[in-house]
Amino acid sequence: MDLSKLTIHDLHELLIKKEVTSREITETLFQRIKEVDRKIQAYLLLTEEEAFRQAERIDHKIRQGERIGDLAGIPIALKDILCTKGIRTTCASKILANYIPFYDATVIQKLKREGVVFLGKLNMDEFAMGSSTENSGFQITRNPWNLERIPGGSSGGSAAAVASDECIAALGTDTGGSIRQPASCCGVVGMKPTYGRVSRYGLVAFASSLDQIGPITKDVTDCAIMMNAISGYDPLDSTSVPREVPDYKQFLIQEIKGIRIGIPKEYFIEGMDPEVEKSIWEAIELYRSLGAEIENISLPHTEYAVAVYYIICTAEASSNLARYDGVKYGFRSAEYEDLLEMYMQTRAKGFGQEVKRRIILGTYVLSAGYYEAYYRKASQVRTLMRSDFEEAFRKVDVILSPTAPTPAFRIGEKVDDPLQMYLSDIHTIPVNLAGIPAISIPCGFSKDGLPIGLQLMGRHFDEGTLLRVAYTFEQNTDFHLKKPNLS
Amino acid sequence: MRIDIEKVARLARIKLSEEEKLIFGNQLEQILTYMEQLNRLDTQGVEPTSHAIPIFNIFREDEVRPSIPREEVLGIAPSQEDGHFKVPRIIE
Repeated sequence: MDLSKLTIHDLHELLIKKEVTSREITETLFQRIKEVDRKIQAYLLLTEEEAFRQAERIDHKIRQGERIGDLAGIPIALKDILCTKGIRTTCASKILANYIPFYDATVIQKLKREGVVFLGKLNMDEFAMGSSTENSGFQITRNPWNLERIPGGSSGGSAAAVASDECIAALGTDTGGSIRQPASCCGVVGMKPTYGRVSRYGLVAFASSLDQIGPITKDVTDCAIMMNAISGYDPLDSTSVPREVPDYKQFLIQEIKGIRIGIPKEYFIEGMDPEVEKSIWEAIELYRSLGAEIENISLPHTEYAVAVYYIICTAEASSNLARYDGVKYGFRSAEYEDLLEMYMQTRAKGFGQEVKRRIILGTYVLSAGYYEAYYRKASQVRTLMRSDFEEAFRKVDVILSPTAPTPAFRIGEKVDDPLQMYLSDIHTIPVNLAGIPAISIPCGFSKDGLPIGLQLMGRHFDEGTLLRVAYTFEQNTDFHLKKPNLS
Repeated sequence: MRIDIEKVARLARIKLSEEEKLIFGNQLEQILTYMEQLNRLDTQGVEPTSHAIPIFNIFREDEVRPSIPREEVLGIAPSQEDGHFKVPRIIE
């Protein structure tokens, strides 16, 4: 039995039956990383020593007969945008290449209390800006299903590591699809929770009104387990919502009779890959055969989503990233005569091309004379998009769509054309603008063997129904059981 | 060209090379043209959304709590002296 290939819930059973130890699991994972990460390049940093210390602690507890939680002793890896005390946190940016936080993000504290074993930090697009992980300041991560393809982004390292069994599960972050699109590209499960469900404290900010942390896992059960661990109000994040968190495992039931699933016609766009479309319609037919009610719906402002998103997220980014000035932490250029030049050189050398492009765009849309035309206008259209969803959720319980219009594209294919890259986010962006939760699950493969993802969107704080509908699909299909061949 | 790229880069505190000015200028022009489609929508009287989940008045008790030790904060600064961040001279 190869322990690296198992899920959180499989391993938990083995641990409590004392058939394996956390140390053995952790050893297997580091062995696996040594074998395949040369090809995948998912990890930016390994934290081996601390991982084994934690594994020993959990094994000791088990030997003492103590009860352990679902995640105790389970090896998990983290997108390198989450602050980890005493452990380098780079956001895949040269400007933070040597940044060692002196505090843990709230989600890290929560997972530590659960007894999770952290394997290391994962690659991403610099400051989470991108859809392919090609914007990393350090390395290119490859799709485990085809090494010439992108793993998606910005949480590409997280999705690739889960898909290649280099960790049992991972945390990612999602500002416009950065958990769901890579999960879709790599054939794994990814959930973006409702805005405010999970504390953002210690998540390095990109676009604060859109950012949310969420799990990337091998199946829906593991997604529920991770959601249980990371959800909840946090006084350190004033946008987290003081609302009770249900036990998400109670939604892992195979029962969707009477559930109303909406199919938004605007999501079946021109330029959508025919194989993606075919897989999605097969999924819809499966749901229908299982007793769900399928209804056609309309989200009329969808076509404006990309424009609205890239105004709002760049505006917020230009403000959030003003903090990287070479004064308090991070990189400082050595070439300057005065303070202004120090700022300008530090940011010129520290940031990559996409980050500069977005800061400049965001600065422009917020600048005097343009604010009304761009930022205010986009914020108004955002209201219209929210209303679209409110209207739709009066008629249906969940909304179903592809996660991305195509399977993973080729490395290098879109790097010189930012607008084309932005347009590939059309199916995931509206969810962040409306603050609703969504999940991507595997629903098929292209003829070339590339995974295809299905997205389910739900009402605010109704992650439970999403898990139930996703779980039912998973129990009736075997896409989530397929593994890429990396030997 | 509607973007004065040099002016915006200065506002953003990023020094751009001549090549970057050219590339970004063209790309941003194209992106802004794409964004103009928003003008097709009449949004008169529509309230802007800055936050998807409405939250108001988040308060906490005003009590003394330990803060991060100064040495830890200064310890990761690029340059520091006598308990301060050090930058080039700003007052003549």
